[in-house]
Amino acid sequence: MDNVQSTKLERNFVGLSPIDYRGKPSTLCPGCGHNTVSNQIQQAVYELGIVPEMIAKFSGIGCSSKSLNYYLSRSFGFNGLHGRMPTLVSGACFADRRVKAMGTSGDGDTASIGLGHFKHIIRRNVPMVYIIENNGVYGLTKGQFSATSDLGLELKHQGKNFLPPLDLCMEALISGAKFVARAFSGDIKQMKELLKAAIVHNGIAVIDVISPCVTFNNRDDALQSYTWGRENEAPIQDITYVPRAQAIHIQDFQEGETREVRLHDGSSILLKKIDRDYDPTDKHAALDLLTESYKNHYFATGLIYIENAETNIFDEFDFVEEPLNRLTPDRLRPAPEALERINFAYQ
Amino acid sequence: MDYPNENEQTGQSSRVNDFCMTICTVNGSGSATANTILYRALFNMGIPTSGKNIFPSNIKGLPTWFVIRASEKGYLGRVPYDDIIVAMNADTFAKDLTYLPKGGVVFYADHLQKPADANPDLIYYPMPIRQLVRQAEVPRNLREYMENMAYVGIVGQVLGIPMENIEYALGKHFGSRQTALESNRNIIRSGYEWAAANLTKQDRYSVRALPPLSDYILTDGNNAAALGSLFGGVQFCAWYPITPASSLVESMLAQNPKLRKDPVTGKNTCIILQVEDELAAAGSAIGAGWAGLRAMTATSGPGLSLMTENVGLAYFTETPVVIWDVQRVGPSTGLPTRTAQGDLAMVYRLGHGDINHIILIPGSVNECFEFGWKAFDLAEHYQTPVFVMSDLDLGMNQWITRKFEYPQLPMDRGRILWEEDMARFEGTWGRYKDIEGDGIPWRTVMGNQNPAAPYFTRGTGHDEYGNYSEDPQNWAAMIQRIKRKLQSSCEFLPVPVVRKKPNARIGIIAMGSTDPAIIEGQDQLEEAGLPVDYLRIRALPACCEVQEFLESHERVYVLELNRDGQLYGILIQELHDYSPKLISVSEVDGLPMTAIWVKQQILAKEQQNG
Repeated sequence: MDNVQSTKLERNFVGLSPIDYRGKPSTLCPGCGHNTVSNQIQQAVYELGIVPEMIAKFSGIGCSSKSLNYYLSRSFGFNGLHGRMPTLVSGACFADRRVKAMGTSGDGDTASIGLGHFKHIIRRNVPMVYIIENNGVYGLTKGQFSATSDLGLELKHQGKNFLPPLDLCMEALISGAKFVARAFSGDIKQMKELLKAAIVHNGIAVIDVISPCVTFNNRDDALQSYTWGRENEAPIQDITYVPRAQAIHIQDFQEGETREVRLHDGSSILLKKIDRDYDPTDKHAALDLLTESYKNHYFATGLIYIENAETNIFDEFDFVEEPLNRLTPDRLRPAPEALERINFAYQ
Repeated sequence: MDYPNENEQTGQSSRVNDFCMTICTVNGSGSATANTILYRALFNMGIPTSGKNIFPSNIKGLPTWFVIRASEKGYLGRVPYDDIIVAMNADTFAKDLTYLPKGGVVFYADHLQKPADANPDLIYYPMPIRQLVRQAEVPRNLREYMENMAYVGIVGQVLGIPMENIEYALGKHFGSRQTALESNRNIIRSGYEWAAANLTKQDRYSVRALPPLSDYILTDGNNAAALGSLFGGVQFCAWYPITPASSLVESMLAQNPKLRKDPVTGKNTCIILQVEDELAAAGSAIGAGWAGLRAMTATSGPGLSLMTENVGLAYFTETPVVIWDVQRVGPSTGLPTRTAQGDLAMVYRLGHGDINHIILIPGSVNECFEFGWKAFDLAEHYQTPVFVMSDLDLGMNQWITRKFEYPQLPMDRGRILWEEDMARFEGTWGRYKDIEGDGIPWRTVMGNQNPAAPYFTRGTGHDEYGNYSEDPQNWAAMIQRIKRKLQSSCEFLPVPVVRKKPNARIGIIAMGSTDPAIIEGQDQLEEAGLPVDYLRIRALPACCEVQEFLESHERVYVLELNRDGQLYGILIQELHDYSPKLISVSEVDGLPMTAIWVKQQILAKEQQNG
């Protein structure tokens, strides 16, 4: 499967080139981890062969949320309020369920002001990709602590952080997310494969991307810095996304070393063991992994938890298959006889 | 206590189809059904009636009052005194007696202790409620509930409500639930028969049948709003429970499966989603409106406070959404189960920065239905939030109202472009470009697969194409265009209703649920020799009819149910040339306005100003 990268065609199977997936030029700081995420999002959507118009982008407020404009210009985008991105998606998603929602948020947006919405959109299982570009600091307001800042972190104008960080993968897990991953802006191959699997997942897929802020929180010993990430990253598997059309030859991989996780649409994720046995379908193991990695200061990345989402919020409402936002008025306004019956009943 | 003078003077003359009766019970005892049967029976006799529930913010055990007003003249407003009480609550018995004038009537459960100092000028009918329930062999768990049904029979007989009208009301209420209908009918009958055999009519209040009110129906404003929304084609409603707006969405939940199955596929066409808070309710509705769905939420003052930031986003991104505000008394948690018109000033400019909104103000249950569907047409036409401001009195109380009329206009989905429409603009379309010159741009929505259709929506400063912009000229032009767009709406909003009196030189302006009190007050003022014209505002921004009304009257009193005169404040700001003519008369105590208050206030102010 490794040759997917090397034989990249000028055009994908829907006949579009990578240029069709681009966004506006980024105005984030040079070297910002978020730019890597933007690039991998457009690359993942390109490689999946999804027409950009069939993606809708959503974000809140902050550097991460600004990045929405730097990929997929041919997708509808809504850059809304601080922390409220999930609420926009919770309404918009019903308009045309062929369109896949992708939310981009940050640690301020998701772990502080929008933590409630984050957990509730997971409960609702709205089919979307929820990306957190997590740098442990408020960038756009110039360097304040966030709720994912490490305990003891020192920042220029803030002093020392006396509060413990929230782990957003753990929050997602205990809220019931069926796809929880952690990625690192310094590991683009893994990020892209996770993004592809997340886009195809039939429910909410949460990816917490440790994405360093080169301006305010990139000291070598900081939990969300490039240096710390590169030195401490411990991928839990080697991940390959396999589209539905491609047959999997499991024998290409060493028996017992690789497991296949089937996704709703028939595609799969191949997870190749690296140096430990890890079962990403075991929620307790996932919670243990997260607890242990924080305690022992190593940086576990990869697909932390996966459970095939047979259904999502759409299945709860039994509503029309065709786009709701294209229904003509005659299908939305009840007939006059219905009102006559009501008038009679109230007499 | 303010009793009308005629009561004192004509203390013993008979009063037919004209009384106010308050049923004093304990909340959670199940009296609602009994009270519904009583006033529906009166309605079925052709007598105009209204039913107001004065209830606590509590589930069980606190006093609650249900007020039924019968008025042959059709006055439906609150009166500040009772003619008849039905005393079922020991805790409030003594106090409840003080609301009765001389000759007033007291039906009381005979297991209650009649106060030693009970007013001897009242007429007392003890009711053997518990004995009747015992005789009827009602199961223990239903006894308290059935005690209420027993008074329906006794009160009905003494007032002269024919049993057939009560049976009609029972049939309407219980429908095909035959067992429930039977047991309720039995206990009512036993009360009815007991009263016929044991009570001698001593009071002067009675009813008589009138021609049927065949053009009228009986329901509450929240239910009407729900139906109006469903007939308006609402496709998405996100909400968070709050008194007094919850029953609006709960009515939608009940009616949606019956009304909104797609005629083609049989599938649902309206999603109703309870979310985690009011921020999410507003945010989800805005997301849906942005994506091309007819979207709404319903809330009350505290919820609106939470929705404020979202409302600003919808306004500035020009996203259609309908927001119902069923007002209660604020500030803060205030009086959650009492009524007021205290949110107007906030809603008119809800949000920070330069902002104002289209507001519809229904004054009747019928208008709750009409504005329910109309609000979506306006929101999508003007691409902006539209507020509908009802209140607890209108929303949660029972009213007779004209039958709902089927929407006479086709749906207005506003300027939406689909794939094939894009070619028309030859690549020059921009989301915020004023192509038609009326300030209303064309929009595209999610799912449109023409590569030229997607655009970037942002709450930050943007140019005609949605690109980020801090350019001073661009900002000024954008915010002025939005203002122009909203101001041009005023001539297309529901026009005011004017009720004139011959030779009137002064006027009243009011809005919403105070309508019945003001109509009755206007008639009383005329009887007192002071003719007054009355204009009821049904929408903001105010239209030219309001200006003409101010032009043609010497003085205009603005009457409203809030402390500071919020409508008055908006009028003197928007129509400042007329501000010397405007006089504010406002008061709030949690209860609906009364005609007597209207009359006394205007007479007193006229002595100062006239």
